[in-house]
Amino acid sequence: MAFFIETLIGGLMAGMLYSLIALGFVLIYKASGVFNFAQGAMVLFAALAMARFAEWIPQWVPALANPIVANVLAFALALGVMVLVAIAVEKLALSRLVNQEGITLLMATLGFTYFLDGLGQTLFGNDIYKIDVGMPKDPVIVAESLFQGGILISKEDLYSALIATVLVALLALFFQKTATGRALRAVADDHQAAQSIGIPLSTIWIIVWSVAGFVALVAGVIWGSKLGVQFSLSLVALKALPVVILGGLTSIPGAIVGGLVIGVGEKLSEIYIGPMLGGGIEIWFAYVLALLFLLVRPQGLFGEKIIDRV
Amino acid sequence: MFYREAGQFKSTYRADQQILPIRQDRVAMALLLLTAFVIVPLTAPEYLLRAILVPFLILSLAALGLNILVGYCGQISLGTGAFMAVGAYAAYNAQARIEGLPLIVSLLLGGACATVVGVIFGVPSLRIRGLYLAVATLAAQFFVDWAALRLRFVTNGSESGSVSVSGLHVFGLPIESPASKYLLCLSFAVVFALLAKNLVRSGIGREWMAMRDMDVAAAVIGIRPVHAKLTAFAVSAFIVGVAGGLWGFVHLGAWEPAAFNIDRSFQLLFMVIIGGLGSISGGFLGAAFIVLLPIALERLPQLLHLPVSTAMSSHLTSMVFGVLIVFFLIVEPHGLARLWATAKEKLRLWPFPH
Amino acid sequence: MRRVGEVILDVRNISVQFGGVKALSDISFDVREHEIRAIIGPNGAGKSSMLNCINGVYQPSEGAITFRGQTFRHMNSRQVAQMGVARTFQNLALFKGMSVLDNIMTGRNLHMRRNLLWQALRWGPAEREEIAQREKVERIIDFLEIQAYRKTPVGRLPYGLQKRVDLGRALAMEPQVLLLDEPMAGMNVEEKQDMCRFILDVNEEFGTTIVLIEHDMGVVMDISDRVVVLDYGRKIGDGAPDEVRANPDVIRAYLGTQH
Repeated sequence: MAFFIETLIGGLMAGMLYSLIALGFVLIYKASGVFNFAQGAMVLFAALAMARFAEWIPQWVPALANPIVANVLAFALALGVMVLVAIAVEKLALSRLVNQEGITLLMATLGFTYFLDGLGQTLFGNDIYKIDVGMPKDPVIVAESLFQGGILISKEDLYSALIATVLVALLALFFQKTATGRALRAVADDHQAAQSIGIPLSTIWIIVWSVAGFVALVAGVIWGSKLGVQFSLSLVALKALPVVILGGLTSIPGAIVGGLVIGVGEKLSEIYIGPMLGGGIEIWFAYVLALLFLLVRPQGLFGEKIIDRV
Repeated sequence: MFYREAGQFKSTYRADQQILPIRQDRVAMALLLLTAFVIVPLTAPEYLLRAILVPFLILSLAALGLNILVGYCGQISLGTGAFMAVGAYAAYNAQARIEGLPLIVSLLLGGACATVVGVIFGVPSLRIRGLYLAVATLAAQFFVDWAALRLRFVTNGSESGSVSVSGLHVFGLPIESPASKYLLCLSFAVVFALLAKNLVRSGIGREWMAMRDMDVAAAVIGIRPVHAKLTAFAVSAFIVGVAGGLWGFVHLGAWEPAAFNIDRSFQLLFMVIIGGLGSISGGFLGAAFIVLLPIALERLPQLLHLPVSTAMSSHLTSMVFGVLIVFFLIVEPHGLARLWATAKEKLRLWPFPH
Repeated sequence: MRRVGEVILDVRNISVQFGGVKALSDISFDVREHEIRAIIGPNGAGKSSMLNCINGVYQPSEGAITFRGQTFRHMNSRQVAQMGVARTFQNLALFKGMSVLDNIMTGRNLHMRRNLLWQALRWGPAEREEIAQREKVERIIDFLEIQAYRKTPVGRLPYGLQKRVDLGRALAMEPQVLLLDEPMAGMNVEEKQDMCRFILDVNEEFGTTIVLIEHDMGVVMDISDRVVVLDYGRKIGDGAPDEVRANPDVIRAYLGTQH
């Protein structure tokens, strides 16, 4: 029983990371109608930037060798890089692809993925890098009175979950309460209408992609801190796609819930169903789960229903 | 100026409906086929045949299959690698378990198995579409990746999913030299291109295109969405499956599940997009572009005498690839086939601007 | 004069709801064979929704439709098409990627017999069937006078011609009942005259029953046998054109109430 709860909690934590990545997807889709396949690559790119900057800053400016200062600066620099990426994407690609069909935009983001992968490795190298933001690595044991031996929870996971929750709350506030957030929602609904009331589309898109970049950076830092920054991060991030499907492409709460469901589902299925099928089912479980779910409810948990008007 | 249709009038519907109604096109096609079947195998260097033309032909075939699903019927699929894998492993199993089964029969059986899998994973398209469907097809991709790795019966007992074949022959003739491999693939490509062209210009092709353009209206005309979508998945999967078998048997000789992974799916999708959605020749054009591009990118630093390490070179290839894809999509989203068609139209009026 | 026959289509108590919005409330009317029946009413009255119900595009929440003696709660689009009901669309649901010829050929789909394998080989019977269908479609193209555009992608044609292609596609189904959703919207006087001529020809030559949504009162009064008037999803008039024209409710709906 304790094992079950540990697996459950582990799943929730993993799910939280998926949710963060999925969040980036949803943000960009809501505001520009683009399904950003490159979100995973952005996470890796951001994590690489952070890891390397944290390494390089003490080398460039020995006076800033203090790890906390170096990390904060590295974060700021990495964020700056992500904003630059957002601007480049908007100016060079998005503005010219605005009226294309979904599949063209999807292909463009796939191309962007390849580009970002190559660029990241060219600029920052392709080894495995560490990110050390001072997350405590030791586990904590809780509920010793209820279960024998207690339940093992990683403190790092707890902190990550806390950070993720704060991030989501901030984003939700941003969307609902600020004028920019309102503008973003207007653009997501109808580009042309938004333009006609004076909302500057390119600025909005730069903001959205920057925010998505920020989310990618946070996800990258959390994940990189736990697992080390390496190329496989990009592949794992692909897992966020079924999360988005499950939750609904246009829903932020959907991304959260979807991520948690997938995270838990994966862990539990691997332990309990995996052995029956030969193991290693984690690579497809999320997708098949999302698929089956789609057959029952095509728009996802929280997505908007699509009505065709003829 | 090059108004090629001048003087060629059709007096029967049959003549009007030919695949190549203009005489000059027929002549050009005959020359092309002659060159491909006779001149190339006799004169081309082995490297060209083995490393460029054979993969080009097999990938063109796969792109052809994918184009039917994506370009003609409008159903996005990111799991093409999986169908290639099914075709390859099924053909392998047929060859390994049934004594003396002819190669072509094995390949076709591989295609048939891919068809079954394709239809199963096509069922979701009846309820979901667009990007949701794209992600659902990823389920097929990863599931088959896993099955080839873990399920013993798929790989006929092999531990890691790696299998190998040898001693191929067709009608008693050994398929070992690059020229023979090339001719085998060329034959498959030409035959399937013809069959596909027939399909897309008949009733079923129109059904597919109707589903792509406006499925609500299609239903009102009496087109069954289920029939249209599932036949598209079936035909597409069959062709892709045969291509997969060819890829494993003829091009690779020995393979493992990674040969058909998600990168392969993306590669094929790029071919179809760049070549031109909804165009039979588009598959060939896109495959040529994608096959030749990495080679060109590899050669370029050498030509410019820039010292570039292999790792760096592959990163740069990735980057240039990505940029070119985006560039292409901006400049001509309907692909090379459309560029070619536009060029032909401009040539009719040249030297006048309009 | 046209020989108007028995009731062929009977709409009973149809209601359609979208979430909180009631598009149609308790609509009942009938259509006789070989007649031209117009449905009129201000914008948003629910006219297209009514056609969509007959067609199986919308499912009514209440009521039933009887066609040739068979009653249906829910119509299935394909079934309806097979039973001989064709329609055109207000917003032109043409297949933008295909030529005029191909668009109209899709209308022949129900009548094509040869299956996938035959079509792939394009041999003998498959080729003959394709040619036979082509002949039928060419006759429709001649009838609608769009021969010059047959190979043009429909997306490039002007609106008036696209409307003709829409009509052609519906005619290709050889329907017994033709539902026309604002066939003359956006046309100038000459185009309207042409379209009227086509509609009347179809009705007289083939005896096709026509259910027509139209805003142009002149057209409605001239060519229809009977008229149904809808307003805010309710039926407010039903009868011969002159009766309906004099109906005070109808006048009020179009001109607004006097305060």
